[in-house]
Amino acid sequence: MKIIVIGCGKIGVNLISSLVSEGHDVVALDKNAKLVADITNIYDVMGVCGNGADSDVLFEAGVKSADMVIAVTASDELNMLSCFIAKKMGAKNTIARIRNKEYNDNSLGFLKQELELSLCINPELLAAREIYNILKIPSAAKTEKFSVRNFEMIELKLKEDSPFVNEKIMELRSKYTAKFLICAVQRGDEAYIPDGNFILKAGDKIGVTASHAEISKLMREMGMQKSKVRNVMILGGSRIAYYLAKMLTATGNTVTIIDKNRTVCEELSQSLPKAVIVNGDAANQEILLEEGLLSQDAVVTLTGMDEENILISSFAASKNVPKVITKANREELIHLSEHWGLDCFISPKKLVADVLAQYARALQNSEGSSVETLYKLMDDKVEALEFSVRQGLSILRIPFRELKLKPNVLIAGILRNRKPIIPSGDDMLLPDDKVVILAANQKVKDLSDILK
Amino acid sequence: MNKKMVFYMLGRIILLEGVLLVLPATCSLIYREESFWAFLITIGIALICGGTLTLINRTKNNTIFAKEGFVIVALAWISLSAIGALPFVLGNEIPSFTDAFFETVSGFTTTGASIIPDVEACSKGMLFWRSFTHWVGGMGVLVLFMAIFPTESGRTIHIMRAEMPGPIIGKLVPKIKSTAKILYIIYIALTLTEIALLLFGGMSFYQSVIYSMGTAGTGGFVIDANGLADYTAYQQWVITIFMLIFGVNFNIYYLILMRKIRSAFKSEELWSYILIVAVAVAIITGNIYSIYGNLSDSLRNSAFQVASIISTTGYASADFNLWPNTSKAVLLLLMFIGACAGSTAGGFKVSRVVIVFKSIKAKLREMLHTRSVSSISFEGKTLDNGTISHVLSYLAIYCFCIAIIFIVISLEPFSLETNISAVVACFNNIGPGLDKVGPMSNFSAYSDFSKYVLSFAMLLGRLEIYPLILLFSPSVWKSRSVK
Repeated sequence: MKIIVIGCGKIGVNLISSLVSEGHDVVALDKNAKLVADITNIYDVMGVCGNGADSDVLFEAGVKSADMVIAVTASDELNMLSCFIAKKMGAKNTIARIRNKEYNDNSLGFLKQELELSLCINPELLAAREIYNILKIPSAAKTEKFSVRNFEMIELKLKEDSPFVNEKIMELRSKYTAKFLICAVQRGDEAYIPDGNFILKAGDKIGVTASHAEISKLMREMGMQKSKVRNVMILGGSRIAYYLAKMLTATGNTVTIIDKNRTVCEELSQSLPKAVIVNGDAANQEILLEEGLLSQDAVVTLTGMDEENILISSFAASKNVPKVITKANREELIHLSEHWGLDCFISPKKLVADVLAQYARALQNSEGSSVETLYKLMDDKVEALEFSVRQGLSILRIPFRELKLKPNVLIAGILRNRKPIIPSGDDMLLPDDKVVILAANQKVKDLSDILK
Repeated sequence: MNKKMVFYMLGRIILLEGVLLVLPATCSLIYREESFWAFLITIGIALICGGTLTLINRTKNNTIFAKEGFVIVALAWISLSAIGALPFVLGNEIPSFTDAFFETVSGFTTTGASIIPDVEACSKGMLFWRSFTHWVGGMGVLVLFMAIFPTESGRTIHIMRAEMPGPIIGKLVPKIKSTAKILYIIYIALTLTEIALLLFGGMSFYQSVIYSMGTAGTGGFVIDANGLADYTAYQQWVITIFMLIFGVNFNIYYLILMRKIRSAFKSEELWSYILIVAVAVAIITGNIYSIYGNLSDSLRNSAFQVASIISTTGYASADFNLWPNTSKAVLLLLMFIGACAGSTAGGFKVSRVVIVFKSIKAKLREMLHTRSVSSISFEGKTLDNGTISHVLSYLAIYCFCIAIIFIVISLEPFSLETNISAVVACFNNIGPGLDKVGPMSNFSAYSDFSKYVLSFAMLLGRLEIYPLILLFSPSVWKSRSVK
């Protein structure tokens, strides 16, 4: 597909990287010639320099034949205008990043309709939702939901004392009454789709799929069920902090937000009457302790600096805060800080890249199946895809034991009549099912791709 | 530096050359010549060398940066020429390796300077290979490589940039593979058109293929002792026009294909190129009118020579050595200019000339109005200081290289005119120079040492200096001392 990305900032670059690896024809557009030059040096894309809302520049970028135009510049207004002009000039789908609070409240629907946007993305809101989901199952490093709400996938990091360590996957199933499936394992730099004989080791990261109830049951049986999160401390009063605090206070949690900037604090205190807003430097350990760091169930670091977030988080982890979530946008920093015992990271730009990669793949599909959800797990080495199955698919009504699947591909779950099924060899796909496929080290674009 | 990846790519490129050699081998087979065996042995050597290099240098780390791009391109061109020279030696048609190497470098760099005293005695397979190197070298071996093989790294733009001539290298479409493919499709289509037109004009199939490949790559190897002097006016005009066509930036053909004809004809470089050609043809026609005595002959000959020199092809329809000095001076000047960036031609490139002139103009204005602010635009876009200083420093290093090579070549006991035109003709990938190396003679009189120096000059000119110079810079080869 031909995709034009307007704005080559942090989010833009990540997006371009992910779209290029998906095999799309990408045109990078930015006002700053240096940024464009850097990107064309690293990625196989065409660079165009200019204002994204200028019709001449868009024409040069080939907007007429573009399947998708994604505007992710720093300015919401420029994004909207660029998308509007691109749409009028013939782009098939337009996506704008709109993140200002004012536009995101009630006017978003109106804007989306009138500007004929296919999708609006708000990275901060996405990040806040992601954090909120993690806080609901605090023992998991990451939680993903599929379209039927109660089917979930969680990522767990196995510590030395975990009951899963040195066990064969086949034997685990008989030991626990909960119905679950270990669908992916990451060990070091390699990711696997394990079979029954796979033996788990300490330090592995595993992906588990099951329904929400079964996951809680499994956690209980493993003795990993941490008490539900009640008190959350948020460091840094960014937009993410605002959305997150709003969600948390709405469900009755206690929230403390600490920020350096007095004006930010005042604005937050107006819009979040239920939260405690503290004006102070979040990097000051004295302040953290004074504001009750030791009594928190979770700490979320959301300041603008990756490095600061990582340092504060490792301080919180050293004080035995049960759940520490760190916002970090730079991949290399995330890898480094995993050595320091931090395991739960949020990267808004990666979330956006994932969402849009999924959107692009859903536009592309053919032959009776379409991608509904796409998650990237295990440092992007494994993909979990949810397809909705339609009539006319070649693999309908064939028991799974007779299907010859490609190596490192797994059918991880079927959602039939809104109920999840953990599949066995006798199960088969029926029309109107939704099916979750896991694939390691490859890209599945269509349901027929999973066969040899 | 990622040496493994460099040598892996090198191995793959040598394998590609082994495959390309199948074409001249087939040609020899068709004409039932003994040279077939020379090609077969060379194919074997290329496959073994390339195969070993790829096998022992397999690596997971396939990231390449600008540095690796330059080194890959420079090493690839040197090793391609070394292996490409083997058939001539093995077939005993050019017994000395130095001569064969010179001939092959001259082929790949689309220079067309020859050391073969009697081309009509060579076998058809060898002559085909010689001209085929023009065709492949014109658009670039690595561009062909990228059009065929899947790119393993997004950073292959560095390779393309190192191989494609011109100050600003843009892509036609987002993917480098598709860009390379489009370039080659346009290239093949234009070559086939020329072959068809020459066949229509009564040339034999073999001759039309050879001359079309030579024109397409803007090379200039001929297979007749008299050059193109004995061909008909129609054939000469066809070749004249196609020499000019292959000197135009290929992006313009892509724009025409995309029906963006208006933006295609807005190109400043194209108009400057046309203007230079028109003025040169006018001067020379006037100057040589007295020799030919009629307008049609003098116009045809002057147009042919101007097209041949500015596109850096180097065919000759007449012995311009015998022309008056003004004509020779104009031709010598055209040798420096060369054709458009992004074409198959060599030389300094029209776009650079235009940019240099514009920056001189801006500088003059700044001297008159010390507070004035001026920006230089080219093809409708303002150039940043980086691009301009790159062009100016290229001009400096270009003159510097020519000067040094000229001094080295001056050790030879030939006239000043011979030596300087030999250096300029080799460096700008034209082929024939003036006097002793004029269109009706060749380079065989030079010593072995000078032949290597001139081969180096040809490579410098084709790869636009930097890749080869960087190859000799120690910091490129540095690796961690503790492993």
